[in-house]
Amino acid sequence: MTILPGSVGTLSASDDIEHAIAPEPGRTALLKDMLFGQASTIFAFSVVVIFLLVAILAPWLAPYDPLAQSVLSINKQPSWAHWLGTDQFGRDVLSRMIHGSRNSLLFGLISPALAAFFGTILGVTAGYFGGVVDRVISRVVDLLLAFPELLLAIMIAAVLGGAFWNIIAVITVAFIPGFARVARASTLAVKQEPYIEAAVAVGLRTPTIIIRHVIPNISAPILVLMTLWVASAIRLEASLSFLGIGTRAPNPSWGNIIRDGLNNLFGSPWPIIAAGFAITCVVLSFNLMGDAVRDVLDPETTR
Amino acid sequence: MTIAPSLSRQQPVSSTHPGPLLKVEDLSIEFGPEGTAVRVVEGVSFSIDAGAAVGIVGESGSGKSMTSLAVMGLIPSPPGRIATGRILFEGVDLLGLPRSRMPEIRGRDIAMIFQEPMSSLNPVMTIGDQIGEAIKLHEKMGREERRQRIIELLKLVGIPDPERRLGAYPHQFSGGMRQRVMIAMAVACNPKLLIADEPTTALDVTIQAQVLELMHKIRRTLNTTILLISHDLGVIADICERVIVMYAGKVVEDADVKTIFRSPKHPYTRGLLQSIPRLKDENTRLYQIPGMVPLPGTIKQGCPFFPRCPDRIDKCARETPPLLEITSQQKAACWVSAGATS
Amino acid sequence: MNIAVTGDDLVVVRDVGKTFSEAGGLVFGRSQPSVRAVDGASFEVKRGETLALVGESGCGKSTLGRLLLRLIDASEGEIAIDGVDILRLSSNDMRQMRARVQMIFQDPYGSLSPRRSVAKIIAEPLEIFGLVQTRKQRRDRVAELMIQVGLSPTFMDRYPRQFSGGQRQRIGIARAIAVDPQFIVADEPVSALDVSVQAQIVNLMQDLQKSRGFSYLFIAHDLSVVRHIADRVAVMYLGRIVEIGPKKRIYDFPSHPYTQALLSAVPEPDPETRKSRIILKGDVPSPANVPTGCSFHTRCPIVQPVCRTERPPLVETASRHLAACHFAKPHPIPL
Repeated sequence: MTILPGSVGTLSASDDIEHAIAPEPGRTALLKDMLFGQASTIFAFSVVVIFLLVAILAPWLAPYDPLAQSVLSINKQPSWAHWLGTDQFGRDVLSRMIHGSRNSLLFGLISPALAAFFGTILGVTAGYFGGVVDRVISRVVDLLLAFPELLLAIMIAAVLGGAFWNIIAVITVAFIPGFARVARASTLAVKQEPYIEAAVAVGLRTPTIIIRHVIPNISAPILVLMTLWVASAIRLEASLSFLGIGTRAPNPSWGNIIRDGLNNLFGSPWPIIAAGFAITCVVLSFNLMGDAVRDVLDPETTR
Repeated sequence: MTIAPSLSRQQPVSSTHPGPLLKVEDLSIEFGPEGTAVRVVEGVSFSIDAGAAVGIVGESGSGKSMTSLAVMGLIPSPPGRIATGRILFEGVDLLGLPRSRMPEIRGRDIAMIFQEPMSSLNPVMTIGDQIGEAIKLHEKMGREERRQRIIELLKLVGIPDPERRLGAYPHQFSGGMRQRVMIAMAVACNPKLLIADEPTTALDVTIQAQVLELMHKIRRTLNTTILLISHDLGVIADICERVIVMYAGKVVEDADVKTIFRSPKHPYTRGLLQSIPRLKDENTRLYQIPGMVPLPGTIKQGCPFFPRCPDRIDKCARETPPLLEITSQQKAACWVSAGATS
Repeated sequence: MNIAVTGDDLVVVRDVGKTFSEAGGLVFGRSQPSVRAVDGASFEVKRGETLALVGESGCGKSTLGRLLLRLIDASEGEIAIDGVDILRLSSNDMRQMRARVQMIFQDPYGSLSPRRSVAKIIAEPLEIFGLVQTRKQRRDRVAELMIQVGLSPTFMDRYPRQFSGGQRQRIGIARAIAVDPQFIVADEPVSALDVSVQAQIVNLMQDLQKSRGFSYLFIAHDLSVVRHIADRVAVMYLGRIVEIGPKKRIYDFPSHPYTQALLSAVPEPDPETRKSRIILKGDVPSPANVPTGCSFHTRCPIVQPVCRTERPPLVETASRHLAACHFAKPHPIPL
């Protein structure tokens, strides 16, 4: 089959070319407005940025070795030498918090991202192709959803053990069903849009249609879910560490700082206070960021 | 045709009020926060005599629907706001009435039919109950009497077997039937003014013909005053005696229907009439008005139609023409038609 | 292939039908009644011609348009476009075929992907079929196309939401003509637009056809618009073509009572000619439950007993003018 090259006539179909369209809202200005228009959003972004910097710069920021024990300074109150005091082994709580942020934030960022990736693939496949594919994927997802996340994580961790990547895998698997559900529902809605039919009529291949026209239009709910689950992942890691199957002692994570702190509550309350406060801050910030991301990504609000 | 007595009690053609039934004066409607508000309707004035059928025609963004919603007191507020003007119904300014009085007038004195017959009916209530609700609100009537009234109404709007259909739900009706139910609800309390906002736009052409026929019948039997909002000049020509043409939030022409179709005086009306495809002629290239409707709030000075007008003169760019009397039957907001030269 | 292709027939459709049936689920499915959306459609579209497909909502006109582009697969029948039997093409070959057949959609708001710029939307078909290689070529070609449909190329990096309904429809048209197709299915392209914008788009579509020579299947419910753009008209009712013929014949001498009613129902924008309308009784029956015999018999003003039992075939009442009615007779209606 030969394809006629587009013959370009000199004809301009209508002599009046329209020169007026709705004013451009200014995408960057709009973005700025959405992200920084509200005090809560500025707060959330600042907190996240500060915690990320702390995690990256941990070895340079931490005043002491987080693992160094000292019999001479056990259960110290906060002082100029130890800002957050020390724990029952005489380790500096601030240094443990700073190093622990690396583990917690890594779990918090990597697991939801991986879960979003795999969940989206599953959900879009189920939603776009429908039929048997949909039914099989949906049943498996339903099955996984029937287990509470924590229970699922404990089960897998008990089998695989608590190595770093195992914990990541555990949290990821626990989160996949949620993403798959949202992706599937959004795909079903987007698939009904006339522009999908238009893409087929134009001659696009199915994978291209999915990548170019389906995924960008379901990205908003997925990204919002991701920010929400960053918070959940940090919490889940903390829960696993608290139960003793997460980050292994003596390595610090916010979760096992709390666990150790609980055993020593009457010795010094400061490890629990510090870690609890940090988790609360990060979780709250990511939730607020989720709201902001949703507003920015909704094409209707950028009108 | 036999109409039961309860329906045929006619409105006195001239009520106690001597003037027009509805008089809108200098109505302006704004949207958006104060200061940066955009005017979607500006300085609209017209009046409707009792018993008349008047059409407002215009394209999307002309402000025709907003005008009718303002009469009903249904402007969504916020963000909408009536900035200036008065809406006199039988001599009483509706805008001056306390909010609590409006529901009393809505439904009893002024009723409305909407474009979308599906979403305007409650899906979980039988149509008998929905019509009965309107009657219950405004009239004291026994249960059985009300039932009879509902059956008469359904008969009037041409729903076959009304005794049985009374208990049916909206989803059991087709689009045309639902529009009939909407009309029955609207005329349930024999309103003085019936506002129909694009009543046939969502319907197929053979069903549209049925509904137009029904509107004629309603007028004949109940002597209701009708304000019809439509973009379809065919529908307007069919129902109305007088036409108000709106463009970019303003009234640009107001005349009786024959005059406006025979000798339109505003260049926009002329362009609109020329650009409609007609069943009678073929192959003639359609006339097209160049350019596009200005976005609300972008015209700061002069005639809103100036950028697209074939007859414009310098004065049009500077001064906004008011609605000028061309003949006693016809008003147009155009300097050129009113006799201005350069 | 037993389709006789004469020289000037671009599209040949023979006995095409489509039954939608909802299959039961794996475990908890329930079967739905099947819907006969299109039934035994046969017609041709000539090169450079506009065939209008008219009918009321639910008559199957949009489905038939999509069958011709294989956006929906036909249940039976044959469709040949330029001699190629498209129902037998593999999905890969069908995709290649899409360089020759394009579509213009009804909904100017929904048919453009909201997250892609105008340039990307228009360039998509050009890239698929390798008509542009470099970025500059692509932008030049998009600019040309935008000018041809009456849009300023300065807006090519903007997003669809900033454009009005008419402008979006122009973008959709630019996308459809980008690969220089031979056949365009236009599904109610102007019904969502305002009157004055409608005139602009109809004129644009006619101008493009004149300069490029492609054929249109113009799907519409508005008979006034069709009169301006069509060469021939096919009228559909409940999935079947009930009348087809040259435009002049259909409008001046409609032979099927449904066509007559349809034409007489159009409100004429002229207050001085109140025409007498044929008001049809009742509503269109559900396509899931098509009446026996002639499917129009439940609403027909001239119905006879035979109509309830025997389905009338589509027969010629005059040269190239066919109607499916036992009592078809050319009947000039007072317009």
